[in-house]
Amino acid sequence: MKVVAKPEMVIEFRGVSYRLESGRTLLSDLNLQILRGETLVLLGRSGSGKTTTLKLINRLLEPTQGQVLVEGCATSLWDPIRLRRRIGYVIQEVGLFPHFTVERNVGLVPRLEGWPADRARQRVHELLDLVGLEPERFARRFPRELSGGQRQRVGVARALAADPPFLLMDEPFGALDPVTRAEIQREFQTLEGRLQKTIVFVTHDLREGLMLATRLALMEGGRLLGVYTPEEFRRASDPTVTAYLQAFETTQTPRGGE
Amino acid sequence: MNILQFFWKNQAQICDLTLEHLWLVGISMLLAVSIGMPLGILLTRRPVFRRAILGGATIVQTIPSLALFGFLLPAPWLGERADRLAITALTLYALLPIVQNTYAGITGVDAGVREAARGMGMTDGELLMQVELPLAFGVILTGVRVATVITVGVATIAAAIGAGGLGEFIFRGLAMVDNRVILAGAIPAALMALLADFFLSRLERRFRYV
Repeated sequence: MKVVAKPEMVIEFRGVSYRLESGRTLLSDLNLQILRGETLVLLGRSGSGKTTTLKLINRLLEPTQGQVLVEGCATSLWDPIRLRRRIGYVIQEVGLFPHFTVERNVGLVPRLEGWPADRARQRVHELLDLVGLEPERFARRFPRELSGGQRQRVGVARALAADPPFLLMDEPFGALDPVTRAEIQREFQTLEGRLQKTIVFVTHDLREGLMLATRLALMEGGRLLGVYTPEEFRRASDPTVTAYLQAFETTQTPRGGE
Repeated sequence: MNILQFFWKNQAQICDLTLEHLWLVGISMLLAVSIGMPLGILLTRRPVFRRAILGGATIVQTIPSLALFGFLLPAPWLGERADRLAITALTLYALLPIVQNTYAGITGVDAGVREAARGMGMTDGELLMQVELPLAFGVILTGVRVATVITVGVATIAAAIGAGGLGEFIFRGLAMVDNRVILAGAIPAALMALLADFFLSRLERRFRYV
């Protein structure tokens, strides 16, 4: 049964700024609420503060001002290890451990959490099936024996291993070739519906954002310009959105559209 | 009497001194690894010490080996026994490549791998033991190999302070102006260095990923 009555806020940014020691501000006064089960896409060009926003959620960074609340509790009060194990994390470089097989890579968090070996194994096989890699063929391979697309699938499976309620994804498909990217995006779209997880997804690719988002947060120069539904974005009624769309199109057209 | 006959006649002593040499090198390397690796790890965790530790190890390395043995001679506990003294000096010599390679190996671990590990909630200890050290192991072994080869060579000088080893033949041969005696020390030492180099490089290759 789905509770529709009142969407529950699970991640909240309250006046969050992040400044480097050098004094450069990467993020200023961010106020943003993320609801349970939604996919919030952080959209913006490089240097707009998307990745910083993401890393503030799993406390890889700590705000220099304001508070980030996860499940109602400020990240600074969370034990960072406990917090991160509740949050799946997928990055563009994937970061698979080259000395581990696919099976050990995916089973990492369950093993750290002390699951019994057979349960962890079963879970790994389940997940490999879920991301479309036959366990019999892939479980014993090493990352170097996989293609880019397969590695990224393993990365997604690894992030889901301990069934975390949250998933943070930082340009996860950005390094893939266009055909593989389109394929894995479609698959992820299907997966998204089945998983019912709260996902924060960073991308600079508008098409990808529109395809996967429940809501899009548009960022520029460390500031949040606004939060829109994909429909609002497509209609481009908002002047900020129109400006972004125009900028996006002028950069895309000469390259023949990526 | 040609060289082979000379070796044959003195085989017992060559064997003894080779074993003694091996012992000096073995103990020194064991100590150097068990001190150098933790120091290298410390540098990755507390970069403040980087200059002090790497600088210190570099300075030791620049002291001529004979002088280092001499410097340590008046030291209270160390100076009492020649082998103690020799092992200390050899350990100090072997330290730099091991510390340096441990540090370089760990800091050279792919940034994406490290970020993923931290992002998934590995503690620093888990990151070090399960990810950084295994991935850095090949580079650390290179340091151990370089240090071993250096130590086999420098250990011949330990004979000058009476610590034994293959250097005894070399110094004796120099005094007697007899090349056969020099070679009775030099050839086994060279073989030892080559063998150590060969086996450690083979081991290193097993730890190459990607």
